[in-house]
Amino acid sequence: MASAFEYAPAPESRSVVDIAPSYGLFIDGEFTDAADGKVFKTVSPSTEEVLSEVARAGAEDVDRAVKAARKAFEKWSALPGAERAKYLFRIARIIQERSRELAVLETLDNGKPIKETRDADLPLVAAHFFYYAGWADKLDHAGYGANPRPLGVAGQVIPWNFPLLMLAWKIAPALATGNTVVLKPAETTPLSALFFADICRQAGLPKGVVNILPGYGDAGAALVEHPDVNKVAFTGSTAVGKAIARQVAGTDKKVTLELGGKGANIVFDDAPIDQAVEGIVTGIFFNQGQVCCAGSRLLVQESIQDELLDSLKRRLSTLRLGDPLDKNTDIGAINSAEQLARITALAETGEAEGAERWSAPCDLPSSGYWFAPTLFTGVTQAHTVARDEIFGPVLSVLSFRTPDEAVAKANNSQYGLSAGIWTEKGSRILAVANKLRAGVVWANTFNKFDPTSPFGGYKESGFGREGGRHGLEAYLDV
Amino acid sequence: MSDRLNVLKTYKLYVGGKFPRSESGRVYEVTTATSATDAAGKGKWLANAPLSSRKDARDAVVAARKAFGGWSGATAYNRGQVLYRVAEMLEGRRSQFVREVAHAEGLSKSKAAEVVEAAIDRWVWYAGWTDKIAQIVGGANPVAGPFFNLSTPEPTGVVTVIAPQESSFLGLVSAIAPVIATGNTAVVVASEKSPLPALSLGEVLATSDVPGGVVNILSGRTREIAVPLASHQDVNAIDLSGADADLARDLEIAAADNLKRVLRPQPVDGDWSADPGTHRLTAFLEMKTVWHPTGTLGASGSAY
Repeated sequence: MASAFEYAPAPESRSVVDIAPSYGLFIDGEFTDAADGKVFKTVSPSTEEVLSEVARAGAEDVDRAVKAARKAFEKWSALPGAERAKYLFRIARIIQERSRELAVLETLDNGKPIKETRDADLPLVAAHFFYYAGWADKLDHAGYGANPRPLGVAGQVIPWNFPLLMLAWKIAPALATGNTVVLKPAETTPLSALFFADICRQAGLPKGVVNILPGYGDAGAALVEHPDVNKVAFTGSTAVGKAIARQVAGTDKKVTLELGGKGANIVFDDAPIDQAVEGIVTGIFFNQGQVCCAGSRLLVQESIQDELLDSLKRRLSTLRLGDPLDKNTDIGAINSAEQLARITALAETGEAEGAERWSAPCDLPSSGYWFAPTLFTGVTQAHTVARDEIFGPVLSVLSFRTPDEAVAKANNSQYGLSAGIWTEKGSRILAVANKLRAGVVWANTFNKFDPTSPFGGYKESGFGREGGRHGLEAYLDV
Repeated sequence: MSDRLNVLKTYKLYVGGKFPRSESGRVYEVTTATSATDAAGKGKWLANAPLSSRKDARDAVVAARKAFGGWSGATAYNRGQVLYRVAEMLEGRRSQFVREVAHAEGLSKSKAAEVVEAAIDRWVWYAGWTDKIAQIVGGANPVAGPFFNLSTPEPTGVVTVIAPQESSFLGLVSAIAPVIATGNTAVVVASEKSPLPALSLGEVLATSDVPGGVVNILSGRTREIAVPLASHQDVNAIDLSGADADLARDLEIAAADNLKRVLRPQPVDGDWSADPGTHRLTAFLEMKTVWHPTGTLGASGSAY
């Protein structure tokens, strides 16, 4: 099988990106060392090569950054919306201009395939800034009353799975509405946020409006707890989200949380099998499954289970795993050794609990963090692999007989972020969608994103929406 | 100052992405309207602008109709980027437009500069509207039955714009941008006595990724061009901004023949600098509502 699909290497050039040996924190328009001088290394997950050494923010740095953001807030929020809009349009255009460089950078630091950073992450990043730029002078029309006011300083903590896209989802609406921000990127993927600081410089953004603090969870916690932060926005794990919800209790801080998921991808017996297989693959193997809205539970109608699984395994056997910079690569590296260990442990639990494991036959590179596309069959709702978010390329397959059973199983989760429905029948799509307790429901497609379309979860997948007119609310005093 | 003689521009129409002369071969004299002290003086010759005929108007409608499918089918995001590109291109030609607007409207250089800046920012304003208007005016309707029911605005088609007579540039841009932001295509009748900023705008649009035919610009006698456009059966709507009361009534009567959507002359502040709101966007939209059954789950006899 493999030989029929041999491809010559088609690596994207690394020379389009110039990574400095070290980076500081970006506070008040300047790069600066951490107050305690601490640094950490960021590595390429596909090779374990050290890419750069980055200043590690601590509580004192958080305080400096919040002060800078506070100072910048008065002028920034008083600017006419049309002027703020033009800054954001500039940023959108510069991202478009530099998108190849940023795509390569993101692939190096994150481990995801260049195909995805080039065709998904970067276009969505630019589009998000472009979209919210247009809102800055139209807030009176957004449905929140006349002249809605910003909150103040936004403390934003983002994950490593879509580093620059999550930055865009956080910063674009915050700035459009007149807030200033302190953003902490994840410790394994700080570089694109630091490059974004340079984009702010090119755009002439006033100092202090955007502050970037690379660091670990302690810096994130300090940011959330800082008394002069008015708004907390977090994307990450449900456990940390709950901790944040406790931290802000008794304060006036506005909070939005975008947390974990265990999305059900429901395939009915009338679904076009080939199309559904592609959607299942996109649903769980896009970005190595490190996607909060991944379709990690496949619910397949019993009558087509065997046929669907045969097709799915055949398709998975053709996925190309390897060098993320290769334009033919479908599956890149897992983001970190820690994440790989977590995925490995959960997969072992799946086997230990009696689910049947199948992994795509593919060679894993000798260095870096890798996990072959894997699926579990014979999974029941009680199994850990059906309940816990694995955040990796692991699909749990369950079956159902009736639509009601599909809905009941889909909703049997602490999470409620995403779901998929595959059927040729429109009324069934809508009936099932009405019953699903999930913030985003994709019908005959999966993992589609657009800046105009609100995204966010039900239940323990968090609260608040990002994207669209709805995403403005999180950053307005309404 | 050198003794070098300037090369003067031949002002031409903008139709279907090309720059033709009037098919009639006619021109009319355009002069400065200025009284400002630092401008070129009053009544000085500026150019011989094309004096468009009915045939030019019909050709423009054909071009606008041809462009409608592609432009209305483009994503709202794409249209937004194209409109923003117009702002980028205009910014680069700022000094040219400041001069033309100063001559056309009898403004000082500094006042003309304000007008041009406002016009650039207006393109940015409407660039941002392309992908937002649907969430403002459309949406899901909670009908009392098992139906998915969604209303979405769509462009109405080919829109004739009788551009404002006095505000030859900001008024012009304020009328054109909302029409094309939502996916319509436009046939524009420029200000009769001050058509030059409009004709120069065609040059900007041609280099801004605006597909040919999306905006078509005609100069000449307003009544002569507007009447055939108002009665044209392949025009879907008309903006009467630049028509005087008599002409506006005549055009509205003609427009009734195929029930064109009519935007009557709106009260505006003298210089068009006020917040434009959304009425110019919604004036040229059709609302489409889609019904689809939602099945029911559960009890026997349920349907999907």
